[in-house]
Amino acid sequence: MELTPPPTLGAGDRAGFVSPNWVTTRLDDLVNWSRANSLWPMAFGTACCAIEFMATAASRFDLARFGMERVAYSPRQADVLICAGRLPFKLAPVIRRIWDQMPQPKWCISMGACASTGGIFDNYAMVQGIDTIVPVDVYVPGCPPRPEGLLYGIMLLQKKIKGESVFDPSLRVEQLADQRGMFLEPAAVDELSEPFGNSVHQTRSA
Amino acid sequence: MSGAATPNASVATLRARFGAAIGRSAVVSGATIVHVARERAHDILAWLRDDPDERYDYLVDVTAVEYRDPERPLEVVYQLRSIPRNAFLRLKINLDRSGPLEVDSVVDLWQGANWLEREAWDMFGVRFVGHPDHRRILMWETYDEGHPLRKDFPLRGRFSRAEQVRRALGADLSAHYSMDELSIADAYASLPADLRVGPRHPAPGAETSRP
Repeated sequence: MELTPPPTLGAGDRAGFVSPNWVTTRLDDLVNWSRANSLWPMAFGTACCAIEFMATAASRFDLARFGMERVAYSPRQADVLICAGRLPFKLAPVIRRIWDQMPQPKWCISMGACASTGGIFDNYAMVQGIDTIVPVDVYVPGCPPRPEGLLYGIMLLQKKIKGESVFDPSLRVEQLADQRGMFLEPAAVDELSEPFGNSVHQTRSA
Repeated sequence: MSGAATPNASVATLRARFGAAIGRSAVVSGATIVHVARERAHDILAWLRDDPDERYDYLVDVTAVEYRDPERPLEVVYQLRSIPRNAFLRLKINLDRSGPLEVDSVVDLWQGANWLEREAWDMFGVRFVGHPDHRRILMWETYDEGHPLRKDFPLRGRFSRAEQVRRALGADLSAHYSMDELSIADAYASLPADLRVGPRHPAPGAETSRP
């Protein structure tokens, strides 16, 4: 597989950037309003958080109220990747491929402690936060988060979307793998994967 | 089931038949444990399965145990169950850590041993000689950090987190999840007749190969 270097936005790319004016901000409002209220989630449920996600989608909490009527189990018809549960290294290329298959505009919610940081699974098999694999917009803490927590995360994401501008090309740049096949600098991955909580007393062997 | 301190009658029969190949035996929490020699283990297990008085027709589990004490050998454990006689028996093989960690595969005796032995290989590095598909099962096939349940395996693995992420992202997805492996089409012919309903996709020659 040919690997391409990550794209960088040079000064020339910014030339097309339209400075905000009455027309663009009205258009932004319209686009963002429609985007924020018709998010289609791609549920990537790997563990107990997925049970809470199901509760969120069911009638009592009713995800459909937020325009998330259709839970897409097809990445090509989805806007929001919701990683609900711990992500083992074996699934890392799977979630990355799902993320790459999702068309822009797209966002990602990391649901629960394990998806966000590795949680209690500070071990050889588990990704220490999915932000080392895919870019994350909203982190929902909890073990697992209650449906209210996930709904709050979704509302935060809607708020974030309503602050975006369709005229900012930097928001929609596809993040590509570098020559090493990674999406972040190795030092950044190591830093993101730093131990949390009690496990700081454990040492790395090599 | 036999009483708490009464060893399973199979132990005496085993000693009479296999003599020196049978090591010490014990009853722990009502379960009878017999240590057997590695060289004869396959013969003993085959006999336990086929002998009309033993009939251990179900292999519940194959796993391995490594103790914290480095002097103690690694153990391979076979948990047997006789469904017609309602009896359990646990066999253990001691493997010296200095020697090769190898035992004979019992997949030819119990098909169910296939994945169990693959798991014991994946997690403990015990080789099962004669296994038809000797691959890792939990970790991916290109996993290169060792066997995670061994005591000398560091909890977080041997590589840095960045290196682990790099190797995981570089893994070939189609190698992990081949449709051939996931397909149940080949198993169609071996289903009982009353389950062979719905769209028919028999494997080539399936109609003639089964009675």
